[in-house]
Amino acid sequence: MDVEILSRIQFAFTVAFHYIYPPLSIGLGVVMVLMEGMYLRTKDPIYEKMTRFWIKIFALIFGIGVATGIVMEFEFGTNWAAYSRYVGDIFGSALAAEGIFAFALESGFLGILLFGWNRVGPKTHFFATLMVALGSMFSAVWIVVANSWQQTPAGFKIEGEGMHARAVVTDFWQMVFNPSSVDRLTHVLIGAFLAGAFLVLSVNAYYILRNRHVVIAKKAFKIALLVAGISSFAQLLSGHHSADGVAVNQPAKLAAFEGHYDSLAVADLYLFGWVNNSSQKVYGLKIPHGLTFLIHQDFNTPVTGLNAFKSEDRPGAVNFVFQTYHIMVIIGMLLILLSTIAGYYLYKKSLFEQQWLLQIFAWSVFLPQIANQLGWYSAEVGRQPWVVYGLLRTSDALSESVRAEQVWFSLILFTLVYLLLLTLFIYLLNKKIKHGYDEPINQKESIPNYSKRDNPLLDS
Amino acid sequence: METFLNIPYSTWWYLVIGAVFTGYAILDGFDLGAGALHLFFKKEESRRIALNAIGPVWDGNEVWLVIGGGALFAGFPIVYATIFSAFYELFMLFLVLLILRAISIEFRSKEKMIWWRKTWDITYSLASAMLALALGLVLGNIIHGVAIGPNYKYEGHLADFFNPFSILISVTTLALFMMHGAIYLVMKTEDRLYAKLTVLTKNSTIFFVMMYALTTIATLLYIPHMAEQYKAYPEMFAIPVISMLALANITRSITKRKYLLAFISSAVVIAMLMVMVAIGLFPNIVISTIDPIYNLTVENSSSSSKSLGIMLIFVLIGVPLVAAYTSFVFYTFRGKVKLDEQSY
Ligand code: HDD
Ligand code: HEM
Ligand code: HEM
Repeated sequence: MDVEILSRIQFAFTVAFHYIYPPLSIGLGVVMVLMEGMYLRTKDPIYEKMTRFWIKIFALIFGIGVATGIVMEFEFGTNWAAYSRYVGDIFGSALAAEGIFAFALESGFLGILLFGWNRVGPKTHFFATLMVALGSMFSAVWIVVANSWQQTPAGFKIEGEGMHARAVVTDFWQMVFNPSSVDRLTHVLIGAFLAGAFLVLSVNAYYILRNRHVVIAKKAFKIALLVAGISSFAQLLSGHHSADGVAVNQPAKLAAFEGHYDSLAVADLYLFGWVNNSSQKVYGLKIPHGLTFLIHQDFNTPVTGLNAFKSEDRPGAVNFVFQTYHIMVIIGMLLILLSTIAGYYLYKKSLFEQQWLLQIFAWSVFLPQIANQLGWYSAEVGRQPWVVYGLLRTSDALSESVRAEQVWFSLILFTLVYLLLLTLFIYLLNKKIKHGYDEPINQKESIPNYSKRDNPLLDS
Repeated sequence: METFLNIPYSTWWYLVIGAVFTGYAILDGFDLGAGALHLFFKKEESRRIALNAIGPVWDGNEVWLVIGGGALFAGFPIVYATIFSAFYELFMLFLVLLILRAISIEFRSKEKMIWWRKTWDITYSLASAMLALALGLVLGNIIHGVAIGPNYKYEGHLADFFNPFSILISVTTLALFMMHGAIYLVMKTEDRLYAKLTVLTKNSTIFFVMMYALTTIATLLYIPHMAEQYKAYPEMFAIPVISMLALANITRSITKRKYLLAFISSAVVIAMLMVMVAIGLFPNIVISTIDPIYNLTVENSSSSSKSLGIMLIFVLIGVPLVAAYTSFVFYTFRGKVKLDEQSY
């Protein structure tokens, strides 16, 4: 395999692995703010227990998110040197802003969040929780702005030629608010809220089914259901808005989403299907003229198809993009359905008697997680063969001095380390969940005793 | 070229990046040093105290590296791209070590089994020490020069990074961080561990002083370009002098048990060493060992003035904020470490 394909595999692998964690961190951040907010308002120790438990889970997730994120930050330089020179003026500033405004905020206050319970008052602690939650959202802002600029470049000019060509900022705000930033940021954030909310729903559904921590689990479930309910509907709107944007700014990508080849034809909307790239046909269940309607609000206007682009200028893996995109949308619909049914039973005051529903919820954590991954696959593979849409090809973005053996080395290294990370993560997460919420904190228990009792090793 | 206070934006940005990496060396330096010393503590309780001394802050400290990486990408994309792809294997190992350190700190106390804790203690300590060595090796190669040819292409081999001068800098960095970390831990501990650490502090300081002397001689002998600026501007000799004084002050403060002062002094030593490197390189950032026309300089590898100007505003807004809450966190966790139910 050549350097290009290896670097692509490595980037895809490391970023996809990284992206298991950020959505959970961001989403849990919101849920924790709500929980601790409830504690401040009601002073009910139940909410304190709840917050403390979820902060511990958060710490585990956050830690791996940070460890894998740092890899991403440097991978642009190691594997995509030509790309980094080309976009440094623009992309670099977004990453720098991310460091200064977002990561420093979240990592700084994380210490107080985890270790500050006895050091600061409840209000200050709540403030720290809020800052960590905000910080993680800010980091999504800058990275998604940078990525959106790659999708829909704006506010720049090209200077120099050949090896020395590069994109230079002409209008900073146009660059930040490029045509897709706002839509995509909204979509990514809501996707993250869903990931966090469904984690909380899953774990608490499991407790209720097992008859453990029932009082606390029901309260936590309701808080997360609120977030999930609002977010799942919002995600449909936001996704639709994104798709409208893609139709205007990246027509080749939109055509790949729906497997639409012929520019002179009206376009159908598939609920699911299979694309045959050679016969240029899609087999599946469709709403005739549906895509035309969504884009043009009428049933007769043709939609730009893949054949309008030279084959070297459009994505090759059409069926892959089609599938990832459609599964994401189907999951979106499932999430709406799930939260609506739960909302209905909650209103009927019999939610927690619906064993079957709780069973589904106990497994639901995987749905938004999968949708988040697939969403990125369709957005990124749909952008191919460009790394910066219409400007720089992925094959021209590589590091000149990096050889295939070197990428093999790092790819194997990361695979091993990430397997270790994933195993430990699942093991420890499982252990924490099995352990469950702690008993109420007993004020009289003195702290030094606690650490001794906690640690039989101490005397050995 | 746009300027601020008569200094070009690109030079400001060189200073900003220098300052951020200096901040990283000072802050994560003590974490790495503490990690490198970790296996010297034999008792479980001592190890927990040592871990909890850096517990609430190490993650925030590491962010300075992330900011530095982002700032380098933003300010000097050509340097970022060229260096990171040239040092490919080194950086990959570095990233893996960062991951290992992070998870060792985090996972160590999650299980009570002795083998579990031992494994993570060893990983933590080795990863920290190797990170210090790796940082030093990169710094050594930057001072020494790198085989950059036409079109930013690295023409050397992996083995070239392990030249004697860079290895010397690498070991010196480890010594420096061990000293710095020991002083930090002395500040944060009591009783037996404290007594042990005062000894470790003395030994690591001696270790560093020896390495520092060797490095100085080697630099003067083998790396002539580092001395050129000093010949041109003799008043710059103040900087090595300050670093010597700060170093002397460490030993003095330790004897007088003024550990905060000792810590500040060792931070000053780190800062002065970084300033010396920055002055020695300027206006180059990466010196080509093949031909000076391939040098990456502050001028030929920076982003556009427009972009640099915008980011200087970010820095002016962002850095005071970061400084404010960093101080708040350090203030919250001031004083000696006490283990409680949230501790590692
Ligand atoms: C939607 C949000 C999102 C996305 C798309 C990404 N990240 Fe991420 N990243 C986060 C959201 C996030 C976060 C929530 O802020 C993390 C995860 C957990 C955490 O601790 O912070 C984080 C951590 C994190 C860190 C460690 C920060 C620290 O030390 O605190 C770095 C350097 C990056 N990321 C860099 C990247 C890069 C270069 C990406 C693109 C390829 C990327 N992230 C995708
Ligand atoms: C923001 C900075 C980003 C940059 C510079 C970037 C750039 C790239 C590059 C260079 C590739 C390799 C080309 C390819 O394989 O198609 C790629 C692929 C990919 N990226 Fe991004 N990307 C970014 C963000 C993300 C994020 C945050 C995700 C989240 C998961 C993501 C998901 C993917 C996936 C799944 C692939 C694989 C596509 C494939 O193998 O074809 N990207 N991206
Ligand atoms: C409900 C129906 C949904 C629709 C119509 C939809 C639509 C879209 C579209 C059009 C894109 C591509 C945007 C672009 O390339 O610029 C996209 C990307 C994405 N989607 Fe969805 N989506 C839906 C549900 C979801 C759900 C439920 C999640 C996660 C919980 C999700 C997560 C993502 C992510 C992470 C991306 C990549 C980032 C981006 O490009 O915005 N989506 N979605």
